[in-house]
Amino acid sequence: MYGFLIGVGVLLLLSIIWMVYRIQTLVSVVKGSDKKIATGSNKINAILFVLFLVGTGILMFWYSIKEFDNYQLPIASEHGVVTDRLFWITMAVTGVVFLITHVLLFIFPYKYQYKEDRKATFYPDNNKLEIIWTAVPGVVLAGLVISGWMAWSDITAPAPEKAHVVEIMGYQFAWDVRYPGKDNVLGDHDYRLITASNSHGIDFTDKNSLDDFPSPRVVIPKGEPVLFKIRARDVLHSVFAPHMRLKMDAVPGMPTRFWFVPTKTTEEMRAELNDPEFEYEIACTEICGRGHFSMKKVIEVVEPEAYQKWLSEQKSFIQQNPSLAEGLTPEVKELAEIQLSESKK
Amino acid sequence: MATASVAHHDAAVHDHHDHEHHDNFITKYIFSTDHKMIGKQFLVTGIFWAIIGGFLSILFRLQLGFPDMNLEFLRPLLGGWIDETGKLDPTFYLALVTMHGTIMVFFVLTAGLSGTFSNFLIPLQIGARDMASGFMNMLSYWFFFLSSVIMFISLFIKTGPAGGGWVVYPPLSALEQAIPGSGLGMTLWLVAMTFFIASSLLGGINYITTVINLRTKGMSFSRLPLTIWAFFLTAVIGLLSFPVLFAAALLLVFDRSFGTSFYLSDIYVAGEALPNTGGSPVLYQHLFWFLGHPEVYIVLLPALGITSEVIATNARKPIFGYKAMIISMLGITILSFIVWAHHMFVSGMNPFLGSIFMFLTLIIAVPSAVKVFNYLTTLWRGNLIFTPAMLFSIGLVSFFISGGLTGIFLGNSAIDIQLHDTYFVVAHFHLVMGSASFFGLLAGVYHWFPKMFGRMMDARLGYVHFWLTFVGVYMVFFPMHYIGIAGFPRRYYSWTNFEFSNMYTDLNMFVSAAAIITFAAQFIFLFNFFYSMYRGRKATQNPWRSTTLEWTTPIEPGHGNWPGEIPTVYRWPYDYSKPGAAEDFIPQTVPLSQTPESNLPHEQELVKLELEIMKDEAEVLVANESKH
Repeated sequence: MYGFLIGVGVLLLLSIIWMVYRIQTLVSVVKGSDKKIATGSNKINAILFVLFLVGTGILMFWYSIKEFDNYQLPIASEHGVVTDRLFWITMAVTGVVFLITHVLLFIFPYKYQYKEDRKATFYPDNNKLEIIWTAVPGVVLAGLVISGWMAWSDITAPAPEKAHVVEIMGYQFAWDVRYPGKDNVLGDHDYRLITASNSHGIDFTDKNSLDDFPSPRVVIPKGEPVLFKIRARDVLHSVFAPHMRLKMDAVPGMPTRFWFVPTKTTEEMRAELNDPEFEYEIACTEICGRGHFSMKKVIEVVEPEAYQKWLSEQKSFIQQNPSLAEGLTPEVKELAEIQLSESKK
Repeated sequence: MATASVAHHDAAVHDHHDHEHHDNFITKYIFSTDHKMIGKQFLVTGIFWAIIGGFLSILFRLQLGFPDMNLEFLRPLLGGWIDETGKLDPTFYLALVTMHGTIMVFFVLTAGLSGTFSNFLIPLQIGARDMASGFMNMLSYWFFFLSSVIMFISLFIKTGPAGGGWVVYPPLSALEQAIPGSGLGMTLWLVAMTFFIASSLLGGINYITTVINLRTKGMSFSRLPLTIWAFFLTAVIGLLSFPVLFAAALLLVFDRSFGTSFYLSDIYVAGEALPNTGGSPVLYQHLFWFLGHPEVYIVLLPALGITSEVIATNARKPIFGYKAMIISMLGITILSFIVWAHHMFVSGMNPFLGSIFMFLTLIIAVPSAVKVFNYLTTLWRGNLIFTPAMLFSIGLVSFFISGGLTGIFLGNSAIDIQLHDTYFVVAHFHLVMGSASFFGLLAGVYHWFPKMFGRMMDARLGYVHFWLTFVGVYMVFFPMHYIGIAGFPRRYYSWTNFEFSNMYTDLNMFVSAAAIITFAAQFIFLFNFFYSMYRGRKATQNPWRSTTLEWTTPIEPGHGNWPGEIPTVYRWPYDYSKPGAAEDFIPQTVPLSQTPESNLPHEQELVKLELEIMKDEAEVLVANESKH
């Protein structure tokens, strides 16, 4: 019944619009305004441009200021401060250009709207002007590029030797985390070794893998360099930690990396935001299938001492599942057994 | 003079041919070789796709703006893609996003824009009877049609259309196990795109040859309207970049169907380790963006060309910096090929490469800036007439500025780390390439409708259409900047899984509402378009009092465009409001020798030369006549 009523309503509305349209067409024919070069609508359109400029201008400034704390995520990494500064410098520069060009673009239509008794100025070119507005953007952009390039080089430079390594592996639709253990070296992996009990495909014949351990969340120390070694098991994923200003694709067959220095512990951030529930998060930003929107991992930033303590409490893959050590060469098996006996202490 | 006489001879032959030519329905409306009809075919098909593409976006905007809404009412249309609880299926959501992108970028803004106006305008504005090869031109449309049919079918198959994003990155697009859309849907996508590329190449070769070879007498490159320059350079870009997409697609076909490993390596999916090793997904990204970035300019340049023409005509003023405009378009053409990897700053490629591409990318901002300043100066001290076409052109310049400036953020690799694949990117390219090109398309339709159909579109409906769309587009895409700065990732079915993005439900609702209104406003245009085609006011020969050649043809030009001889061109296309001239425009066909009152000093010197040439030609003509 409602559907029928809505249908009738829409039909009625359409027929009214239709009649208004026909009447205005006929009126314009009678008035002869369709023969004129510019009718009264010309003025209305000119005024609307100015109204648009003022209206949307006010809306933009009001919303940008009101919502600032909402869209500006707090920064929790050293390089994030740099990239955010670049962002806001660029915003200032482009903002000025945006305002000037738009004021001109919408004021000119009002100012120079058609008048029968006026003739447009024949002004085909001016090389000096062209050179100026080629050179000025060129110089400004060069400044932006160079500052961006310096930041980029620092961010993508090789990680410091002492950086804490964490491996993050993306798969449909979650992240798996592996720590290298005491030696800070991740063991080899091979995707053909992946089984239900070895989801990372770790090669346990490599001695370095014996002390590797998994973790349900990414735990990292504040103020010390952390190196994310990133890989993917099936399709492309992308590690995105918004508060860390960190993003790097996870590519099957091609390991990638990103290093950074976290600057605020989770606790500190909770206090700052006055939100006891706050957690740093990792999301996926490369389309990867049905569950793309739900690939969440929590990062916990802790004080360095707490980090060391946490490290010492973790159990390696072998310790958690001794069957993984089966079938290894005697030499490696011996090392694995030492591991196991350590955990029993 | 030999060439001139040949041209005349040809023209004479054509004339006879013209009179004897009788088209039946099929040769006139379906398998037509007339560039004007082919242009209209592209336009109507483009409009069809725009409705579909727009409608798909409304579907996913419903999900994003009103996540709790019961979508049961869509079940008659979407069937099983609406689950038992009335929610949109997340896989189908991805398919919607993918098809929206593919349709809008390729089928609407490439074929619908470039296909329509390059075909329609090139012969009319350079003074040619038709394209260099009418048959190839017809093939171009019918390959596009075939491609459209295949892509359309893929929307309705059981496993759904391709769902890996419009960029269809492997391995996702190569593995049926990873997403159902990568099965038959992806196969159809690849087949459709293959035909599409063939269509683009056939069209492009034609546009280039026609512009180079078939310009009328006096129509030197420095007298070409900017539209033609834009179409010409667009065709060059397409011709050089589309084959690379074809290569990328072909390798993907091999990986999908024949067990090769161009893009695949070390994959464990659905409980099974695949045998592929040694491939690189990043290789595909390089190949794809080698087309993908120039593609941005393939859709944008024609729009900018159309705008240049419309703004000059309706400002009653020459386009400011004609040469600077050409040089900046040339600059954009060349640079468009060496900026592609700015889409890949965080793809894992060598960061050094990222630095190089950052430099190159920000260089391309310079010619774009020059174009904007030239548009502004063209408006300055003009005598502006706001036809709907003019309104859309001014709207385009606004979008070009707004969307272009955010490109400076994204082209900077350090800033891009945070913004990459967030809604900031979505806002950026929807403004600068999507909406700007769309406005170029609409401006072109409003401006050349009288030439296409011999009737006028209703101006008032055009104004309403413009203001609703212009405000609507900003209301849709401007808020996305805030959402993007806040870090909301693209292609997300829902953001509530994450703390950091568990907000802005109000803003997303606003965006969706604005999108629905904007989409609805397009039906005003559709009504205006189809109604005016049959019932619109009859057009006069030169309704906008424009200088270019197409307005010297009859109101409804037949096959061959000019019933008599092709007009000769004596001046550039932007003699508007010339000091001393009686009217505020001088068509290109008026010789300088007839306008001594308005000639500039350097033109006055050319008059003598012009008179000599005309005298020579008159002699040749007389000689030819006597031979017959």
